[in-house]
Amino acid sequence: MNQALLFSVFVVASCGLAYELIAGALSSYLLGDSVTQFSTVIGTYLFAMGIGSWLSRYIERNLIARFVQVELMVGVLGGFSAAALFFVFAWFSAPFKLALYLAVFGIGVLVGLEIPLIMRILKRDLTFKDVVSQVLTFDYLGALAVSILFPLLLVPHLGLVRSGLLFGLLNVAVSLWALWLFRAQLHAAYGLKMQAAVALVVLVAGFVGAGHFSSLAEAQLYADEIVYNESSPYQRIVITRWKDDLRLFLNNNLQFSSRDEYRYHEALVHPGLAALPGARRILVLGGGDGLAVREILKYPQIESITLVDLDPAMTSLFSTAEPLRRLNADALRAAKLKIVNADAAQWLEENDDVFDFVVVDFPDPSNFAIGKLYSAAFYRLLEKHMNAGALAVIQSTSPLYARQSFWCVVATLENVGFVATPYHALVPSFGEWGFVLAGRRVYVPPRDYTVETRFLSPETTTALFQFPKDMARVDAEVNRLNNQVLVRYFENEWRHVIR
Amino acid sequence: MPSPTETEHVRVVIVGAGVAGLSAGWKLAKAGFNDFVIAELEAQPGGNSRAGQGAAGPFPLAAHYLPIPTQEAVAVRELLSELGVLIGDPRAEQPRYDERFLCAVPQERLYRHGRWEDGLVPAVGIGADERAQYKRFFGLMESFKRRCDQGRRAFALPMALSSRADDLVALDRQSLRNWLLAQGFDSPHLHWYVDYACRDDFGTRADAVSAWAGIHYFACRNGQARDASGDAVLTSPGGNAWLADGMARSIRERAGDRIRTGSLAFRVIETGDRMAVDVWSPTEQRVTRIEAEQLIWAAPLFLVPHVFAGNASLKAAAATFSYAPWLVANLTLARFPAERSGAGVAWDNVLFDSPGLGYVVSTHQQMRVRAGATVFTYYRALAEVDPAAGRALLLGTPHETWAEQVLAELEGPHPDIRQVAVRVDTFRLGHAMVRPTPGLIWGTERARFAGDFPRVRFAHADVSGFSLFEEAQYRGILAAERTLRRLGRDFVSSLA
Repeated sequence: MNQALLFSVFVVASCGLAYELIAGALSSYLLGDSVTQFSTVIGTYLFAMGIGSWLSRYIERNLIARFVQVELMVGVLGGFSAAALFFVFAWFSAPFKLALYLAVFGIGVLVGLEIPLIMRILKRDLTFKDVVSQVLTFDYLGALAVSILFPLLLVPHLGLVRSGLLFGLLNVAVSLWALWLFRAQLHAAYGLKMQAAVALVVLVAGFVGAGHFSSLAEAQLYADEIVYNESSPYQRIVITRWKDDLRLFLNNNLQFSSRDEYRYHEALVHPGLAALPGARRILVLGGGDGLAVREILKYPQIESITLVDLDPAMTSLFSTAEPLRRLNADALRAAKLKIVNADAAQWLEENDDVFDFVVVDFPDPSNFAIGKLYSAAFYRLLEKHMNAGALAVIQSTSPLYARQSFWCVVATLENVGFVATPYHALVPSFGEWGFVLAGRRVYVPPRDYTVETRFLSPETTTALFQFPKDMARVDAEVNRLNNQVLVRYFENEWRHVIR
Repeated sequence: MPSPTETEHVRVVIVGAGVAGLSAGWKLAKAGFNDFVIAELEAQPGGNSRAGQGAAGPFPLAAHYLPIPTQEAVAVRELLSELGVLIGDPRAEQPRYDERFLCAVPQERLYRHGRWEDGLVPAVGIGADERAQYKRFFGLMESFKRRCDQGRRAFALPMALSSRADDLVALDRQSLRNWLLAQGFDSPHLHWYVDYACRDDFGTRADAVSAWAGIHYFACRNGQARDASGDAVLTSPGGNAWLADGMARSIRERAGDRIRTGSLAFRVIETGDRMAVDVWSPTEQRVTRIEAEQLIWAAPLFLVPHVFAGNASLKAAAATFSYAPWLVANLTLARFPAERSGAGVAWDNVLFDSPGLGYVVSTHQQMRVRAGATVFTYYRALAEVDPAAGRALLLGTPHETWAEQVLAELEGPHPDIRQVAVRVDTFRLGHAMVRPTPGLIWGTERARFAGDFPRVRFAHADVSGFSLFEEAQYRGILAAERTLRRLGRDFVSSLA
C-alpha cells in the first residue's frame, strides 16, 4: 500500500513538472524570449504551488476522496493546457498572456495540494521523518525523470499538445489507482468513479484527436514551432513562430515571414499602384492574408478593394487572430474592403466589374490546377476586368531559381497583348523574387512614393527593373491550358534548387 | 398511324436535326434561303451531340470532342470560325483556336494493372519486340497520312475526297485485324490499342471493322494549329453540344424558327413532283403532312426501309448497314474520387482490357483550383457480341443493373466511387453509330445513298460509313448545296 502510494508520488511529481515545462516551452515558442517566459512561468507556478500547499490545511475530511478529485482536476486542466493555449493564441483575439498565467496558476494550485494530501494520508502509517524523507525522495525522482524525458522523447515524438494530454492521463491513472487501493475506505464512491470515468474519456478522446491538431510528421517539416495548423477543404494552413517571426505555410510552402514580408508586399503593390494616382477600384486575387490589402489601404484615394480568395479559413484566420491582425494592420476589417471567397477564374467569369489596379498573388504554379491561373486564357479573362489605363501585377515566382518560369509568365502576358514590365526584389526568406506588371500602355515607374514605405524608395525603384545577367530573359513558351508548360518549367527548375 | 389532318407546304423539308440536319439547315440559312423546316423526333436538336445539364454543369450525352479540322475540312473550319473558336483566316494552314476549347493538359491517360499511365498506348513493361511493332505501325500510318494520289489524299476527311487507288480500295475488303496480322503485327498490346480505337470511333471491334476505315482513323488527321499540336482536340463541358447549339442558333438568327422538335417523320411518299413527309406529333396526337419540292433525309439510314414508300432496291441497300449499340453513363460526383498511383486525372481516362472504354471529365476545361462536383461520362460500346444481340442486351438490362456494372467497373481505378457518386444517369443508344464493316465503305450500297436524286438527298454520317462530326457536317452541307442548285439558288459553296 505504501509503496503504491510512493509510486504515485513519483507519477504525480513528474506530471507536475511536465505541466510547468509545457507552459514554459509553449510560451517561449509563441512569444519568443525564452528566458523571460521560463522564468515567469516557473515563478508563477511555484508561487501557485505554495498557495495550494497553504490551502491544503482547509481540507479536513475525506482526504482520499479529495485527493482523487484533485488528481482528476489536474489531469484535465493540465492535460488540455497546451491544446487550449495554442487554440487561444491562434484563434481568439483574447489576450494570450492572461490565459497562460491563469492556466499556470490554476495547475500550480492543484499540484500544490497533491503532496501535502499524500503526506497526510501516509502519516497514518509512517513516522513523520519517514514520510518526509520518502515522499520528497520520490517527488524529486519524478521531476528528474520528466526533465530528461521531456526534451529527448516527449516533445520530439509527441509534440507539446499530446505530451500534455499524456500526463493528464497519468494523473487520472493515479486517481483510478487510488480509488482501487482505498476501495475499502471509500464505500461505493459512485460519484468519484463517475468523475474519473468522464475525465478518462475526455482525455483519451483528446489524445486521439490531437493528431489533427498537430502531427509529428508536420512538426518535423518546419524549422520553427507550429502555432496554428488547420486543414481547410482547399489547403493546409500552418503558422509557425520563432520569437517575433511569424511564418505562414500553405501546403508546406512558405508564403511569408513576418520579418521581411513588407519587402515582398511593398514590391508587389507600390510600383504599380503608385504609378496610378487615379486608381480608385482595386481587385486582389489570392492574398487572403490581407498583407497586400494593407499596402493598398495606404492610398487614401482608393474607394473600394475586392479581395477574392478561395479559402474562407484564410480570410477568417487573418481577420480574427490577434498577432495576424497586428501584422496586416487589421486590413481585412477595413470598411473599403469586400471579401469574396471564390475560385478566382470562376469569379472573373461570373462578374463584370472593372478595376483600375489588380493584384494577382496566387501560389506558385506547382500543379495543373494552379497552372491554369497563369495561362493565356486566364490573362485574357483578367484583361476584360481592367480599365483602359489599368495595371495588373502578377507574382511570378523567382527569376533566379525559376528563371524560365518567370520569363514564361512574361511571354504569356505579352502573347495576350499586354505590355509586360518585369521586375524583381530581394525578399531574404524567399530569395530574389519576381513580379510582372501588365497593362495596355508602356509602364512608367512612379517618380515618388506618396505613402510610407520601409523598403522602396524612388532611387532604388529603377534597380528593380534591371535584370542582372543571371536573371536575364530566356526563351520560354507561352503557357496555355493545352500545354501547361509553366508547371513543367517550374517543376524542373525548383527540383534543381538546393534549399 | 393515322392519316394527316393538315398539309403544310415548304420548298425543302429536312428530316433529322442531328449534326447532318443542322448542317443542312445552316447552309440553307447561310445562303439566304428560309423556306424549310427541320423535323426532329427528340425534344432537343443535336442528335449525338446533345448535352445534359446537372448539378455539376453540362455533360455530354454522346459525342464529346472534335479533332482540330484537317486541311480539307473547309466547312468545319468555316463553322468554327463563325462560332469564334477558330480565330483568324479559316483557310490558314495553321489556324489559331480559342485556348478554352483546346483540350487542356493532361489530355489522356490509361489505367492498366492498377496504375495510371500517361497517354493511351500501353507503355510500361512492354518488350523491345512490341515497341518495335508500335514504331513500325505508327510509321506506316504516318506514310499513309502523307500519301497523295493525283491530288487526293489516301485517307481524307471528309472521306469522299479520298483517293480511289485500287490498293487502297482493296483495304476495304478485309478486316483491320486481318490486315494487321498480314502485315506481321502480332503485338497483343498494339492489337489492344487498335481495338480500343475501333471501339471508340466505330463501336466495333477491329476484327469486324474494314481495314480501310481503321487505317482512316489513324491516317486522316492532318490538321494543324498555331498554338497546339496536330493531335489536339476541341472539347467543352457539354461535349460537342456547343457545335450543335451553335448551328441551331445560327439557323434561328438567319432563317427564324425552322426546327420542329418532338416530330416523328414516319412516312415518305413521292407524289408526282413533290415529296410528302408525314410527321406524327406525340404531344399533339396528330399527323401533319409536309409537302416539299425537295427532301433532305438527315436521319439514320436504318430507318429508310420503315419510312420510304416503295423503292425496294433502296430499302435493300439500307438493310446492309449495321449499327453499334452504346451505353453512356453520366456519373454525377459530389467530388473527385480517390486516385490510384501514376498519372493524375486527365480529360479522357481510358481503361485497359475493360468492358467500357473509360470516361471523360466534364469539368476538365474549367479554370478552377477547387476540384468540386463533376460529371464522369462513361462510354461502353457493346462490341463483344453482334449488334442485334448487343442491342437486346443493352435494352433488356434495366438501368439499375447497368448503373451497378458501371460503378463496379470504376471501383477498380476509384475505390470510393460509390461514396462520391450522387447520381448515375444511363443512356442506351441502340443504333448509336453506323459500323464500317468490310465492304461497306467502297461497296455499291453506300454509294447509292451518296447520289444526287431529283427530289431526295441523303445527308447523314451513315452515308460516309462512319459516325464522325466532320462526315455528318459534310453530308449535310453537300445535300443542302445540291438542293440549292436544284432550286436554282445562288450560293457560295462551303465545300470548295
